[in-house]
Amino acid sequence: MSTPKELRYSEEHEWVKTEDGKVRIGITHFAQSELGDIVFVELPEVGDELSANEPFGSVESVKTVSELYAPLSGKVVEVNEDLNDNPEFVNESPYEKAWMVVVEPSDLSEVESLMTAEQYEEMTNED
Amino acid sequence: MSQLKRTPLSEVYKDYGGKTIDFGGWDLPVQFSSIKEEHEAVRTKAGLFDVSHMGEIEVKGTDSLKYLQKMMTNDISKLKNSGAQYTAMCYENGGTVDDLLVYKIEDDHYLLVVNASNIEKDFNWLQDHAEGNVELKNLSEDMAQLAIQGPLAEKVLQKLAGTNLSDIGFFKFQQDVDLNGKKALVSRTGYTGEDGFEVYCDAKDAVALWNEILEAGKEEGVLPCGLGARDTLRFEANLALYGQELSPEITPLEAGIGFAVKVNKEADFIGKEVLKNQKENGVPRKLAGIEMIDRGIPRHGYPVYKGEELIGEVTTGTQSPTLKKNIGLVLIKKEHAEPGTELEVEIRGKRLKAKIAATPFYKREKN
Repeated sequence: MSTPKELRYSEEHEWVKTEDGKVRIGITHFAQSELGDIVFVELPEVGDELSANEPFGSVESVKTVSELYAPLSGKVVEVNEDLNDNPEFVNESPYEKAWMVVVEPSDLSEVESLMTAEQYEEMTNED
Repeated sequence: MSQLKRTPLSEVYKDYGGKTIDFGGWDLPVQFSSIKEEHEAVRTKAGLFDVSHMGEIEVKGTDSLKYLQKMMTNDISKLKNSGAQYTAMCYENGGTVDDLLVYKIEDDHYLLVVNASNIEKDFNWLQDHAEGNVELKNLSEDMAQLAIQGPLAEKVLQKLAGTNLSDIGFFKFQQDVDLNGKKALVSRTGYTGEDGFEVYCDAKDAVALWNEILEAGKEEGVLPCGLGARDTLRFEANLALYGQELSPEITPLEAGIGFAVKVNKEADFIGKEVLKNQKENGVPRKLAGIEMIDRGIPRHGYPVYKGEELIGEVTTGTQSPTLKKNIGLVLIKKEHAEPGTELEVEIRGKRLKAKIAATPFYKREKN
């Protein structure tokens, strides 16, 4: 199972990548494989404010709806519109093509409180 | 947490990559490879399902027909030996106890195939209303059921079968069919909208049959399929699911299975008065298909509005793997059920536009 070392992870299975004071967010390989075929992704709009641990969107598989939880607080500055027409990117490329939003965090140090790849792997192995 | 019930096939799920979930108290595979792939396999080739969780109840005795006529909404007297019939079983108020198949083995001997979640309820209901020379037996624990469904189902199953399966017509069955040395009751029935068979066998033969059917169907591309695909397949074909389209609060006429309700049969049956009235004077609510206009997927339980009025709810919805459209079934006030009518579905707090669409969403081309 792939868990890129350079990313941080939330308990709700989002990954976070730090880029010049902003963060890019998506869901993990583990999450997409648990959900199955993703057919719909609902994301916030540019300018929306996210609050840590609150829902900011949802992904739907054929069978179920799952909420996306913000791994940290901040303002949405970019949204991956490609996922509207290509929700299957979430299954095919969870860490690359299926990034979901870019956020300007209110407090960049919140990233440090997220799990490392090792910690995330440990958590998902326990499940 | 209580222990989940398992079918005789539960030990092989892992060998085929099955991902199991708690389905009404049963540990059952939701998928093996992917719901979309499995769905596609059944529409174009064939798929194999473990449906051993379904219940089987035997009815025997000289008053069996009279008794079943009282219990069932369909006309059991029309059934010939080796024939199967889809029917509902209702409460006095017309609400649905269950929907089921009745197999006529011979005079005075029938087999009822009921929904897994209703086995106990049905058995008790049947027992409580038994009259005359009627003997009921719950065989659910001893029987397994496999379903092979899809255009290549016959070709694949024939490789194991000692009899000519093309002799078994739609909604007909044969007993004691030899499948690689194991005896099974084989019916041309299913829950996917495709051609195919349901195979009832001894629980101890289930694992061998499962493996042998998949091995025989390798060339044809037969896939093991889970409940996820079973649900999307039956939904596209507009086949009701108890607990969603049917319930104690929903009559079979509201759910659109009026073809299984014979209010003019001679015998009185439980619920007849209410159902006859509904058939003559119309139903208050009706099941209809919808297609989303706005972006969103309707799901079971979402409220449906016309203007400001709450007119009903979604019973089943998903993105159709065959049509790639976001569609659903809704139980709504009947005056809003005309094709083309625009209405709104509330999805996570937002009202999204949809319109009434024709059902079934999918119908196979018959040769």
